[in-house]
Amino acid sequence: MKVDILMVGVGGQGIVLASDIVCDVALLEGYDVKKSEIHGMAQRGGSVVSHVRIADKVYSPVIPFGQADIIVSFEYMEFLRYLEYKNEDTKLLLNTNKIYPPSVAMAEADYPEDTVENYKTKFAILVEKDGLKLAEKAGNVKAVSTVMLGALAKILDFKKESWLEVIKDRVPSKVVDVNIKAFELGYAD
Amino acid sequence: MKKVLSGNEAFARGAFEAGVKVVSSYPGTPSTEITENVKFYDEIYSEWAPNEKVAFEVALGASLAGKRAMTCMKHVGLNVAADPLMTASYTGVNGGLAVVVADDPNMYSSQNEQDSRNYARFAKVPMLEPSDSQEAKDFLIKAYEISEKFCTPVLVRSCTRLSHSKTVVALGERGEEVDFGLENNIPKWVMVPANARNRRKFVEERLVKLAEFSKSSDLNRVEINSPKIGIICSGVVYQYVKEAMPDASILKLGMVYPISFDMVREFASKVEKLYVVEELDRFLETEIKAQGIKVENLNRDVCGELSVDKVKELFGIKEDINVEKLELPNRPPNMCPGCSHRGMFYAISRLKLFAVGDIGCYTLGLLPPLSAINSTVCMGASVSMTHGIDKASDGKLAKKAVAVIGDSTFLHTGVNGLMNIVYNKGFSTVIILDNRITGMTGHQPNPATGITIKGEPAPKIDFEILARAIGVKHVYTVDPFDINQCLEVLKREVEREEPSVIITNRPCIFADRTVISSPYFVDTEKCTGCKACTRIGCPAILWDDNEKQAFIDETLCTGCGLCPRVCRFDAIHQRGEK
Ligand code: SF4
Ligand code: SF4
Repeated sequence: MKVDILMVGVGGQGIVLASDIVCDVALLEGYDVKKSEIHGMAQRGGSVVSHVRIADKVYSPVIPFGQADIIVSFEYMEFLRYLEYKNEDTKLLLNTNKIYPPSVAMAEADYPEDTVENYKTKFAILVEKDGLKLAEKAGNVKAVSTVMLGALAKILDFKKESWLEVIKDRVPSKVVDVNIKAFELGYAD
Repeated sequence: MKKVLSGNEAFARGAFEAGVKVVSSYPGTPSTEITENVKFYDEIYSEWAPNEKVAFEVALGASLAGKRAMTCMKHVGLNVAADPLMTASYTGVNGGLAVVVADDPNMYSSQNEQDSRNYARFAKVPMLEPSDSQEAKDFLIKAYEISEKFCTPVLVRSCTRLSHSKTVVALGERGEEVDFGLENNIPKWVMVPANARNRRKFVEERLVKLAEFSKSSDLNRVEINSPKIGIICSGVVYQYVKEAMPDASILKLGMVYPISFDMVREFASKVEKLYVVEELDRFLETEIKAQGIKVENLNRDVCGELSVDKVKELFGIKEDINVEKLELPNRPPNMCPGCSHRGMFYAISRLKLFAVGDIGCYTLGLLPPLSAINSTVCMGASVSMTHGIDKASDGKLAKKAVAVIGDSTFLHTGVNGLMNIVYNKGFSTVIILDNRITGMTGHQPNPATGITIKGEPAPKIDFEILARAIGVKHVYTVDPFDINQCLEVLKREVEREEPSVIITNRPCIFADRTVISSPYFVDTEKCTGCKACTRIGCPAILWDDNEKQAFIDETLCTGCGLCPRVCRFDAIHQRGEK
């Protein structure tokens, strides 16, 4: 197996931890894995992108243009920023929750709803999740990223037990149950 | 056991496995997490120093005492530590000394793009360059062997893509701690001119020996594939080359300085065309060409980062990718909701002062709507530059200009500038935005925080007493959320023909989460839509264009209480307030 996953969203959404979990699962399943991210200003509401590459042997930690197999967008419009990484077969996992950029919040720019609608159909497979609703159902609004991991797990060839094992290991013990629930809700159709 | 580690985590692990005893550093993206991870190893003494020069000297002292030591910094930090580096090259070491320096190609979070390899040549010390986390760990351990064998500090170069990427690493055990004892050797450690002249020769001889060592070292690797194209590369660039040019022959340099030219010549003889692929300066290329070895020219941009795509482009491999770029609303980094800097910046921009800024979260005060910063150069520059502005205008501009600097940056190199202002009879106004933490790099404690890197209680520097001790007579502490107080003190102090220091007294919301209180909301009955509150640039204050009213995202609001102070219509109130 060889898969390049681009995880995109907004600082504070838990993308760094989510991509760490994917790496651990890949290692557990016996693959070489590399990931790269720029998170200098991540805490302060910036745009965040994490490249995760899984194969028998990976060289560059950064995915070349046009080579992402899967784009996981933790926010509704963020995938639009990274269209140069997609090809005809790229799958999109989309969290439908919106986070307004400052210019939109100050009413100086529009949120590009139409553009999202237009582009999201241009992917080979589209899975949409209302992450916030599912996370709330699981018991904590902060578990949105785990919902998205569940959706990702569904389309990757790794054992579900591997995911559960890594999640248990990676998230703080008092929120393990909530996160497992969020993962299951993301995993279910 | 295997683990997926970032380059920085791997460097920390390498220090542990190499039996390092002392680590002293100053935080700086992308190098910060090395020392942050070292702190988890109880076997290693670790600390945050007030700046890189101090950190380097602490590590050098530990080496003099016979133990292995490390100091970590970002590229611009090495400028600050350059003074001891140049002479440590002459003294050499006792216990092994490694200096990890992290470059930032593309300047993701830096003010310049300098290539630290130039420092290896400048200081005449060896530099190793790992290309993934496994090598980060292995090369650091090797650095200590080289350091002790050749009596030299060793530079280990990282970059953002290595420090902040994660790859698989096989973990080892903690190695034996070396203990050479305190070295009392005056000709070696006292660099008066007579001794330094002798050491100068030693340094040159050492370079020759290091190049000889490099030739046979497994730090460098030759991968012969097709004889048509040979590529010399190092560091993370090797990964891009391997993926972009799978058929090329490669000389991968693990030691980028000094270079064994015998090795390069031998490689050159095995390939038809020789290329050098490197990021930033033409460092290897220049060195190699200067030896008369024929290198093909590549039309390479020396600015910014390389990538697999860019390497392909260099060799004329074109791929059809549909590069669609849309115009999207940006997500610039912003001062957090509840940031203690916001009130002071609002006051500065209201008074239209010229703010000489510095490096830290408060640099974000440059963004609209606050637009309060007029210059940013390097750590500590705000204080000294304001004095320059004052002197250049015979005191006139001192009534318009203020220096803004954070607590950590003030202690880093700002304090020297303040001494200079007092000593040389300047009029400048210096604002210390004391939020008790190094915010920008991810909240590391400093000498004003009251805790050490390990979270143990420590004495706290009192800026008021410090400023007075330097000789500043006018020192005022203000609440940055009290805008009227900020305006009043600012107006008064910039007019004063004497130096003054204004200190703000609210913590970064990450330094002290207990300051968070219940959120505010906008009373829609009273809001007139004047937009005054949106001008403080708080991410929690949003504008409803349909209703023509402001509203507050209560999940983001930290209850700092700044916005009700700018609303003249009493429309903003705290939840739960009677
Ligand atoms: S991290 Fe602290 S200092 Fe930096 S912007 Fe946020 S609140 Fe302000
Ligand atoms: S400052 Fe007060 S009146 Fe003006 S928009 Fe804000 S809440 Fe409304």
